[in-house]
Amino acid sequence: MILDIGFETMPREDLEAIILRRLKATIDRVYANVPFYRKKFEENNITPNDIKSLEDLKRIPFTTKDDLRDNYPFGMFAVPMDNVVRIHASSGTTGKPTVVGYTARDVNTWAELMARSLAAGGANRGDIIHNAYGYGLFTGGLGVHYGAEKLGASVIPVSGGNTKRQIVIMKDFGPTILTATPSYALHLSEVAEEVGVSFKDLKFKYGIFGAEPWSEKMRDEIERKLHIVAVDIYGLSEVIGPGVAIECHEAKKGLHVFEDHFIPEVINPSTGEVLPYGETGELVFTTITKEAFPVIRYRTRDITSLNPEPCICGRTHIRMNKVSGRTDDMLIIRGVNVFPSQIESVLMEMEEVEPHYQLVVDRDGNLDTLTVLVEVGERLFSDEVKRLQDREKKIAKNIKDYLGVSARVKLVEPKVIARSEGKAVRVIDNRKI
Amino acid sequence: MRAEQISVFLENKAGRLAEVTGILSDAKVNIRALALADTSDFGVLRLIVDSNEKAVEALKNRGFTVGRTDVLAVEVEDRPGGLHRILDMLNEADINVEYMYAFVQHSGKNAVMIFRFDNIDEAVKVLEKNNVKVINGSEVYTL
Repeated sequence: MILDIGFETMPREDLEAIILRRLKATIDRVYANVPFYRKKFEENNITPNDIKSLEDLKRIPFTTKDDLRDNYPFGMFAVPMDNVVRIHASSGTTGKPTVVGYTARDVNTWAELMARSLAAGGANRGDIIHNAYGYGLFTGGLGVHYGAEKLGASVIPVSGGNTKRQIVIMKDFGPTILTATPSYALHLSEVAEEVGVSFKDLKFKYGIFGAEPWSEKMRDEIERKLHIVAVDIYGLSEVIGPGVAIECHEAKKGLHVFEDHFIPEVINPSTGEVLPYGETGELVFTTITKEAFPVIRYRTRDITSLNPEPCICGRTHIRMNKVSGRTDDMLIIRGVNVFPSQIESVLMEMEEVEPHYQLVVDRDGNLDTLTVLVEVGERLFSDEVKRLQDREKKIAKNIKDYLGVSARVKLVEPKVIARSEGKAVRVIDNRKI
Repeated sequence: MRAEQISVFLENKAGRLAEVTGILSDAKVNIRALALADTSDFGVLRLIVDSNEKAVEALKNRGFTVGRTDVLAVEVEDRPGGLHRILDMLNEADINVEYMYAFVQHSGKNAVMIFRFDNIDEAVKVLEKNNVKVINGSEVYTL
C-alpha cells in the first residue's frame, strides 16, 4: 500500500521543486546555526546564495564520520538542546559513539517515514507487528515502533533476544508482520523448529528486514522458511534511522529513497566525483527536512548504485540497489556495528595484552559469530590454565561492556596471525552474504 | 630449595608438542619431567629440564611464549599413603597445590614429585617441619 500518495507518487518535476526548496532552507539553517558547516562553507568560498539548483549541491564539501566525532557529542546539532526531545547513538570508529538528536518534529517525520516503509513492505492498519529489532540507543527498535503506531498497526515491542519466549508470543498473539535483522529472522525459524513450531501455522505475511547487509539468496531462504514476503529496509542513525529507503513488496527490486526528505548521491570514494545513475560507488546523503541533526553530503561508507527507472508500484522516488559492501572496515555483527579499531582500544587498555589480534567473523547457522584471536605474549602468559581462562573471560567481558557485542576470545601462539608486508590481517570475514 | 620449571603456551592442535620436543632435542636439552594441562583450545606444557637457559633460548628463538616458575621437587615415600601424608599436612596448613606431576627418576628409594604452590615459602616451612625432603634445584636438573 502507498501510504502518502501525494508525496510518494509525485511527478518528478514537482518533487524536484520541493527538494530544491527544502535543500535551500536546510543550507540556510545549518549555515546560521552550526559553526562546523559555516566554517566549511567559508573555507570553500560558498554562501547559501550560491545554491541555486540541485546541481549546485556538488559544490558543497562532504561531511564524514570523523567530522561527527570531532564535534562529539552535540556540536553538530542545529537547534538548542531545549528543542531536542530524543537522542540516539551508534558505534564510532574509536571508543566514542556517534550521537544524533531529534526535535519533536523530527520524531514525527521519522514516524511518518517508518509508517510509509511498513506500508510499502505490506503492513496496514489492523496488522500486528512483531518488532524484534533492539530497543535502546540503536535506532532500529524505536524507529519501527513509532512508525507502527503512526500507521495504526498494533506493535509488540519484543526487542531482541529471549528467542524461545518470542516463539510463544508469535504463536499466541498471532502477529502478521515481522521486523528484525535478516539473520535474526532465520534464527527465529530455527529455534521455532527446535521447539516444534512451524512458521506455516503462524500468521506472518510480510517481513521487513534491515540493519545489516543481506543477499537475494538469503531473501529466498527467509521467504521459504518463514512463508512470508521479505523486503529490505535501509537507514542509518546519522541520516534519521531506519526509514531512509524501503523496498516495495510489489517489485522487491531496489529500495525507494524518500526523496522528499533525503537527497541521495553516489560518488567515487577515492575522488569524490559524483557518479552517473547505475554506477556503483559510495552512497552520500543530504537531509532536507531534519531540524536537530541535519547532515549535508554525509558519506555513509555504504556501497551501492542508484536506479531512476520507474517502478511497477507507482512510486516516483529513485531506488538504491541493495547495499553490497562498505568502503571502510566496519563489520556488522548481529546488527551491531563493530570497527576493528574499537576492539583494538579495548585490548590496549588491558596492560597484559599486546596489540596482536585478529577478528574472525563466521555465520554459525544463521547467527553471526565474532571470534577474537589474541596472541599470548609473555605478559599474558601464565603456567596456570585457570589464569589464562580468566584472562580470556576478562577480554570477552570488556568487549561486551564497551561494544555491546558478544565475542568468543581465543588465545593463540605468537606469530599465528598472518602479517602481510609487516601489516597484520585484522579481519577474516567468512560470511557468505 | 626451589627448582625452576619452564612452561610453554601451545595451541591445541596436531604436532605442536612434537614441535617443542624437536626443538629441545636439537638444542641437546634433556627433559627430566613433563606435564601438559589443556583446554579445548590451548595447552600449557610444563617442563623440568637439565638446562633452562638453553631450553628457553631455543624455544623463544622459534617464536614460542615461555614462562619460568618456581616449584618444589619433593621426595615422596614410594608406598601406599606416601603422597596422601604430604597433601594432608599441606591441607592442614591451608596451602593450596595449584598442580603437581611426577618426576621420572627416583631419589634413592623415594619417588619425586613437582609441586606448584600458591604460597611456596609457607609450603617449604611446612614440609621441612614434617621432615619431608625438598630437593635442591641444582640437584633436580641432574637427578
